[in-house]
Amino acid sequence: MKTIFSQSVAGRTACLPPMPEERAERFLPKELMRAKRPALPEVSELDVVRHFTKLSTFNYGVDSNFYPLGSCTMKYNPKYTEYIAALPGYTTPHPALAQLPKGAQYTQGSLETMYEAEQMLCELTGMDAFTSQPMAGANGELTGALVIAAYHKDKGNKKTKIICPDAAHGTNPASAVLAGFEVVNIESKDGMVDPEALEAVLDDDVAAVMMTCPNTLGLFENHLPAIVEKLRKVDALLYYDGANFNAIMGKMRIGDVGFDVVHLNVHKTLGTPHGGGGPGAGPVGVCSRLEPYLPNHRPAKADDGTFYLDTDNPKSIGHMSPFYGSFAVMLKAFAYMVRLGGEGLTRATERAVLNANYMRKRLENHLYIPYDRICMHEFVASASKLHDECGVRALDIAKGLLEKGHHAPTIYFPLIVKECLMFEPTETESKETLDGFLDDLIEIIEAGKKDPESLFSAPHNTPVRRLDETKAAREMVLTDEV
Amino acid sequence: MPYTPHTAEETQAMLDVIGVRTIEDLFADIPADMRPKSFDLPQGLSEMETCAYFEQLAGKNKTGLVSFLGAGFYNHYIPKAIDNIVGRGEFYTAYTPYQPESSQGTLQAIFEFQTAVCNLLEMDVANASVYDGGTAIFEAMMMAVRAGRKRKKIVIDESVNPIYRVMLDTYTDNIDIDIVVVPHTEGLSNVDALKAAIDADCAAVVVQNPNFFGNVQDFTDLFEHAHANKALGIISVYPVMQSVMKTPGEMGADIAVAEAQSLGQPLSFGGPYLGVMSCTKKMIRQIPGRIVGRTEDVDGKTGYVLTLQAREQHIRRAKATSNICSNQALCALRALIHMSLLGPEGLIRTAELSMERAHYLADRLTMIDGVELLNDAPFGNEFAIRLPINAEEAIEALMDKGFVTGFPAGRYYEGMDNVLLVACTELHSFEQIGVFTELLGGIL
Repeated sequence: MKTIFSQSVAGRTACLPPMPEERAERFLPKELMRAKRPALPEVSELDVVRHFTKLSTFNYGVDSNFYPLGSCTMKYNPKYTEYIAALPGYTTPHPALAQLPKGAQYTQGSLETMYEAEQMLCELTGMDAFTSQPMAGANGELTGALVIAAYHKDKGNKKTKIICPDAAHGTNPASAVLAGFEVVNIESKDGMVDPEALEAVLDDDVAAVMMTCPNTLGLFENHLPAIVEKLRKVDALLYYDGANFNAIMGKMRIGDVGFDVVHLNVHKTLGTPHGGGGPGAGPVGVCSRLEPYLPNHRPAKADDGTFYLDTDNPKSIGHMSPFYGSFAVMLKAFAYMVRLGGEGLTRATERAVLNANYMRKRLENHLYIPYDRICMHEFVASASKLHDECGVRALDIAKGLLEKGHHAPTIYFPLIVKECLMFEPTETESKETLDGFLDDLIEIIEAGKKDPESLFSAPHNTPVRRLDETKAAREMVLTDEV
Repeated sequence: MPYTPHTAEETQAMLDVIGVRTIEDLFADIPADMRPKSFDLPQGLSEMETCAYFEQLAGKNKTGLVSFLGAGFYNHYIPKAIDNIVGRGEFYTAYTPYQPESSQGTLQAIFEFQTAVCNLLEMDVANASVYDGGTAIFEAMMMAVRAGRKRKKIVIDESVNPIYRVMLDTYTDNIDIDIVVVPHTEGLSNVDALKAAIDADCAAVVVQNPNFFGNVQDFTDLFEHAHANKALGIISVYPVMQSVMKTPGEMGADIAVAEAQSLGQPLSFGGPYLGVMSCTKKMIRQIPGRIVGRTEDVDGKTGYVLTLQAREQHIRRAKATSNICSNQALCALRALIHMSLLGPEGLIRTAELSMERAHYLADRLTMIDGVELLNDAPFGNEFAIRLPINAEEAIEALMDKGFVTGFPAGRYYEGMDNVLLVACTELHSFEQIGVFTELLGGIL
């Protein structure tokens, strides 16, 4: 499809502001001005609307298709949260206004929203304090790791290492490194963190262990109490990667079971839209002994019931974002919690787990399920046997699903399972949707066994077919020629 | 119950297939002593009640203020078509484009965004992955340190937005980067001092244009000096002003970054915002985040994919260029549509209207006894004035009159307690500026 740049016609305009009385030359000397006008599209408003509307039809979203991406959690995004985030009372305030003299009085609505959202997250997770400042899940991981570093530094502990299980999200080790730690990898046993493997690398240098529970195989970590006990002995902290927290809402509070730090990906846990990969928000919760290190400018409630920004945090790590994080995204997450309440959130977890187990059970005779036991909100299947038998890979199954009008599951993650397909149906899908998907998936697998070639060329009916990724990397065309 | 479609019969049928009796059986792995000690969340509300609750909360913000507050974040007009297009569920409710055949919308939009950024800044490569302008400076510094091998020193101009410099301190607290801040002179970058600080250990020099005080400068010479000393030039810019100002490309910058809030993103009390990152071809392997490349499908049809993924954390884990794995796709889409609707002329006019009003305001304010501009260098849509009183006092005095006077520079700069930063955009009327001047004059 043509780009918006290739539709450009010199002199065509869409949304032009009024003509200024004075032009730039009046205010800037020639040597500070650019030589030529920026090559931006010159198009009409209808051109813009048609172009992007057409582009949107080349995309799958949860609104248009079932999107069973494991570990990514693509549940339905309720529409009322958009209405709320677009209220002028919320979109208008400049973030610095709240920091000015008397400014808090004029931003009570936003401050109260932030404060109450953080309180609710505390109750949801069992943590003592939360910060809304991290701007995405991985930014939350970094925040958590920096808080861990600050805690140990303050106590005079010499800690240099963070342990990451091999099933961890790739962002865990990357975030730990950014916070100045060396990463120690440990191998899983039976799909779970192995307390013995942990013991073998656990020494006084270990600052923390980063865990995902349920883990990226969709399994609950059964050795959690043993792990907590081991860590306490060396004053190492336990970090909870909240990517899978939606599997245990109302069933377990991580603060109660000994986790010291948590980040939540609100698009996964609390159903905020993710817009093609962002924006997100990654609020971080901590236990009370870590609270002094949280990022500065924390929303607080005064004795008279008014809200203000607390800047009296001498041990704070500083600032993770220019102001208070992705406020509008956090607002949607808060609105979601208010709407569902404790009971609704628990029910979301229950139905997500029900759906995942139903899919797993219906698939077990068609795909190899490496850990074929009750799973949490997602599970992992493997096309390795299929690959051995007829050459069909996880990728081919994924493309076959696209051809049938479904989104594919996550493939080739976690790295510890060969030919991995990871399914996460979420709670918002009906039995009917799951059955329709499963019927198609099973048909693809069975057809693949008989005629693998037919799958290798899928998909046929998408806007483009299989794309040459090597060419993209080798020739590197990263902008449109204008 | 909202958003879970299961009827009792369906639930039972599914439990039967799974082979368990109740839903609770699915959670048998969580032992009794690990169950919540409390789960004291309020009862859920109907949609109607939820909306009413938030309408009431949002109503506690006073939105009628006339604000001259900028500090790098500006209230520009947002064309109405943006919300309409971006609100389409196919964009709004999609994930990172891992399956390119069904994500061409997101992928092509990012490719077009990369193009728009490169054209605006006159750079070669851009991404759409970074959260905000501050993170973009941090990631740029990391790029320079990686490219500079053993060089660990970053020289940064004190007139780079201090809100970002606080972030940079946080982000670099535990890694081997040494940030050296070169003091400004009356709100202007001290180019000679910046040059002097570039030595054999320096990976990059970081400047901002217009700087925090709104002043516009040319850094061509500084970047040449940096290159002569094997260091890189990093510049943070303001996209709207960039439509008229000398570009990072023209100045010879190696990495150009920006906060793209001013391109179609509401202020929304701090976010989400959008960090712009761009660089020269030479730096391509160092740039973090998602990059979209053009390619062909098996039929030779043009299509788009995520490319150069070997730099990323899902492949390189602890050795990745960055931990950033999201892309700010939706914010980038907003910015792209904004730039498409305005076009070059629209963006230039926005810059000019903003400057016109700022200069008119500056002329009026400096007619007040005791008020003077901090310096006489060129400025864009924001400027610094010295008042006869403490800037915080001036802000406090006018707040209840419905005017937000600006940002007090003394918050971040010693000895500048009387300095106030004042910003205008095309949305300020000359009448508002007149009333503001009278009110400020009245308290001085």
